[in-house]
Amino acid sequence: MTYYTPPVDRLWWTRRRSYFVFVLREFTSVGVAWSALLLVYAAKGNEIPVWLVPINLIALAACVFHAITFLSLAPKATVVRLDGWRVPDYMIVGGNYGLWLFASLVLAWVVL
Amino acid sequence: MTVLEVSRYRPGIDAEPVFQRYEVPDNDDWAVLDGLNYVKDSVDGTLSFRWSCRMGICGSCGMTVNGEPRLTCGTFLADYDGVVRVEPLHGFPVIRDLVVDIEPFLEKLSSVSPWLIRSGEDPASEFAQTPAQLEAYKQYSMCINCMLCYSACPVYVLDPDFLGPAAIALAQRYNLDSRDEGDRFDVLSTDEGVWGCTFVGECTSACPKHVDPAEAIQRYKLTAAVRSVLPWVRL
Amino acid sequence: MTTKAKRRTPEPYLWLLFSGGGVIAALVLPVLVLIFGVLAPLGIGDPAFPSWTRWILLIVVFLCLAHAAHRIRFTLAETLRLPHRLLAPVAYGLALAGTVVAVIALV
Ligand code: SF4
Ligand code: FES
Repeated sequence: MTYYTPPVDRLWWTRRRSYFVFVLREFTSVGVAWSALLLVYAAKGNEIPVWLVPINLIALAACVFHAITFLSLAPKATVVRLDGWRVPDYMIVGGNYGLWLFASLVLAWVVL
Repeated sequence: MTVLEVSRYRPGIDAEPVFQRYEVPDNDDWAVLDGLNYVKDSVDGTLSFRWSCRMGICGSCGMTVNGEPRLTCGTFLADYDGVVRVEPLHGFPVIRDLVVDIEPFLEKLSSVSPWLIRSGEDPASEFAQTPAQLEAYKQYSMCINCMLCYSACPVYVLDPDFLGPAAIALAQRYNLDSRDEGDRFDVLSTDEGVWGCTFVGECTSACPKHVDPAEAIQRYKLTAAVRSVLPWVRL
Repeated sequence: MTTKAKRRTPEPYLWLLFSGGGVIAALVLPVLVLIFGVLAPLGIGDPAFPSWTRWILLIVVFLCLAHAAHRIRFTLAETLRLPHRLLAPVAYGLALAGTVVAVIALV
């Protein structure tokens, strides 16, 4: 029997909107890496030049997109069951976002 | 009239699939599968495809409809405008027309030991389960092996050795069953097992039975990771 | 199917670093990048890391770089079809190098 095996589609990630959003989500990690190094640079006491602001804005957008997607997908791995009752995803996601807000306020208070 | 554009592949004759157009009468309650059956019965008896139950139970009628993996018995022609393109499920070798090779998939399913593993003596009576214990795995037991999730999964399509969504969900169906005493760690915690998954999430979107295989995989990642660090812990 | 011999894989540990880094990055990066990377250069506010936060910051940086390395590795494997054998050492190596640079800079 000769089966037909379709060739691998190298551009698969452009074929569907959801695949493209997935790849975007994964590449937020470039912004995460940039941001981490930026903080080291700032922590050393350096002034961050104004011309870096546009790049930092992109990194900020990536970090926010990362935070939203990562915190809202986390309940998939952490299914919580209390006495047979499954804590609904939106509660876990809500808790995560609450934690995010709280951490942001504390950090702002610490560094400002 | 609705035009169906159907992928044809005749082994030994065609080098690769070609599209053939058929006209089928408009019927509000016709699924794509009804259109294909009309073609087979009245227009071209050589068209090959799989189906059985016509009600979303057997899982044999999965095809790619306008680029999306669908159960053709539950996908209605009236919901589409213009030409409806029907192809075999993407990501699988094509045997003929719309029929794909399911052997590797069946091997994957059996590789996770999808049955209750017990040690010790056979029980004298049935295993009782509370509703909560049933609830813990029930969702993962709803799978009909339609393979739509594999077709939607880019990781699987790029690497056919990836164990894949349904097989891992099936493993979790037994892992989370209070009666099961088995251990599927060595099959699941591998590069071709859960660690191949990058959580695209498309398997869950494609699943017609709300199995949520993506969730099953992420949960086992956590289980396997915790076990790798703290071997005595069983989540 | 033949039963595969039990293989050791580093993936569970790498995944834990990826996940831990993902949580930390989500919780701390947006506000800090906003304050240090956007507002401060524009002259709004005069932020500084208190010295007691140095070690915490180093851990955060390490986890964020490990997270990024893992994701970039898999995404390049899936889009450009580069082999993991090549990507993994480069990606994690760069994350480690970045962490070492951070330690040298801040300690
Ligand atoms: S998990 Fe869903 S999509 Fe995948 S084979 Fe089972 S029923 Fe089909
Ligand atoms: S024919 Fe059985 S699921 Fe469609």
